[in-house]
Amino acid sequence: MSALARNARVVRALGMRSVRQTFRRPQLMAPIVVFPTLLLAIQTGGAGSAVELPGFPPVQSFLQFMLAGAMMQSLMLAGNSGGIALAVDLEMGFTDRLFTAPIPRFAIVLGRLAGTAALGLLASLWFLAIGLLFGAEIHSGLAGALIAVFLVTATAMAVGGIGAAIALRTGSASVVQGLFPLVLVILFLSTAFFPEGLMIEPARTIAAYNPLSFVVEGIRNPIIADVDGGELLEAVLAIAGIVALGLALSARALRHRLRVG
Amino acid sequence: MEGVARVPQWRANLATIAALMARSRNELARVPGAAIPGLLAPTIFFLGLNGVFGALIQLRGFEANAYESFLVPVSMLQGAGFTGAASGVNLARDIEQGWTDRLLVSPAPRWVLLAGNVLGAGTRALLPATFVLLIALALGASWPGVAGLLVTYAMVVAMAAVAACWGSALALRFESQSAAPLMQAGTMALILFTPAYAPLTLLQPWLRSVAEANPVTEVLEAARQGFVGGVDWAGTWPGLLALLGLLAVLGAWALREMRRTAR
Repeated sequence: MSALARNARVVRALGMRSVRQTFRRPQLMAPIVVFPTLLLAIQTGGAGSAVELPGFPPVQSFLQFMLAGAMMQSLMLAGNSGGIALAVDLEMGFTDRLFTAPIPRFAIVLGRLAGTAALGLLASLWFLAIGLLFGAEIHSGLAGALIAVFLVTATAMAVGGIGAAIALRTGSASVVQGLFPLVLVILFLSTAFFPEGLMIEPARTIAAYNPLSFVVEGIRNPIIADVDGGELLEAVLAIAGIVALGLALSARALRHRLRVG
Repeated sequence: MEGVARVPQWRANLATIAALMARSRNELARVPGAAIPGLLAPTIFFLGLNGVFGALIQLRGFEANAYESFLVPVSMLQGAGFTGAASGVNLARDIEQGWTDRLLVSPAPRWVLLAGNVLGAGTRALLPATFVLLIALALGASWPGVAGLLVTYAMVVAMAAVAACWGSALALRFESQSAAPLMQAGTMALILFTPAYAPLTLLQPWLRSVAEANPVTEVLEAARQGFVGGVDWAGTWPGLLALLGLLAVLGAWALREMRRTAR
């Protein structure tokens, strides 16, 4: 078996373990599915009249507009949950045992990220299904849905990289869990839940520069309109930036952990 | 036994409740980090929702002079909900670590043990509520007046007690901290499936129906009175009645679970 195939098997096994772990523990699953679904229902029902505001982009319904925000929230929390699970593995010594196994170190982190990506994929399918079930249309059809699913999955992996880096650096589940409010702050300061032009200052200005706004607009675009190449490119570039940051931080944190133990 | 003064039962009960409440308060000093999510989450929701949905106030039918004023009672109640749910998580941890077993073999009545946990949550809820209120006032929320403030705080304390009954019942049923998401999601749903983001008339029809059936809508409307208008008895008693009903039902459930656990 080639080294590449062997590493792919390791990544797959660790990814599957990560997904199963999330399904087994309600405290990891709830933030990914239950809370975003609850908030989607509450915000859609509570602020649905917002589509009548002057300046609101043309949409079929507020639910259609909010789907991208719900997916974004879910994937961000999936990244956070992945970080918590990795930190628990570190606390319990499981990761140390993996470090002594004859497998490359990057495969250990990549396995966790593959699991987070799989959860992002599941989340995107879940919210697309909910949207369709409650009458939201995917404007760009199947191709648009696939673009949204791809972007959500890639972003989950990218955000998971940052969660993994923090877990590797601190080795503490409670520290990673403490980032939960920060995830909410970053989300609120993006265009995940409302159009930028209708947000109140200073949230509007921050949202204009928040990389997550580019990602969320990329996910939302095919759901509410025809695919716009420019928005898609901006989303891909923003994801690439988050991936690069996550990789750099993870590599550094991993080196630090291996050095100091 | 001669020579030993018997402590009346009611005084012993009060002393036990006070001791359990003090233990609950001490946790704030011993583990300040544990209080941060309860403090931060409603504050982040308040600031975030205000920044995001603030423009809703431009909609026809929105009768409030500032979105901050409309939203702050929701965040105060949310803080109460998080605090109450956290007391359920703490009880689950106590069960896992065997501390509750020791309490259950003490001669203290079950309702006293439950009351200590529930009232402890009520007093702890004052902290996030005050924190969010100060931030909202600094951002321009209307001053609710002394009567308005008292009604709001009464609703907050009682709502935390309701959430603590819910959290305690679940903790005693599942005997595991894994039930924490259910505790938090339950209180979150109860508080937010109301006219939390917009008045009843502006809600989507399905949410309006849910909100009209949800007793916490009356609690929220009572807590909101001072911030968006005047306070009167007609706007207050439905909230009090709703809280009494919720406390009776969830308190009875939690007590039943405690008796089952003891058996």
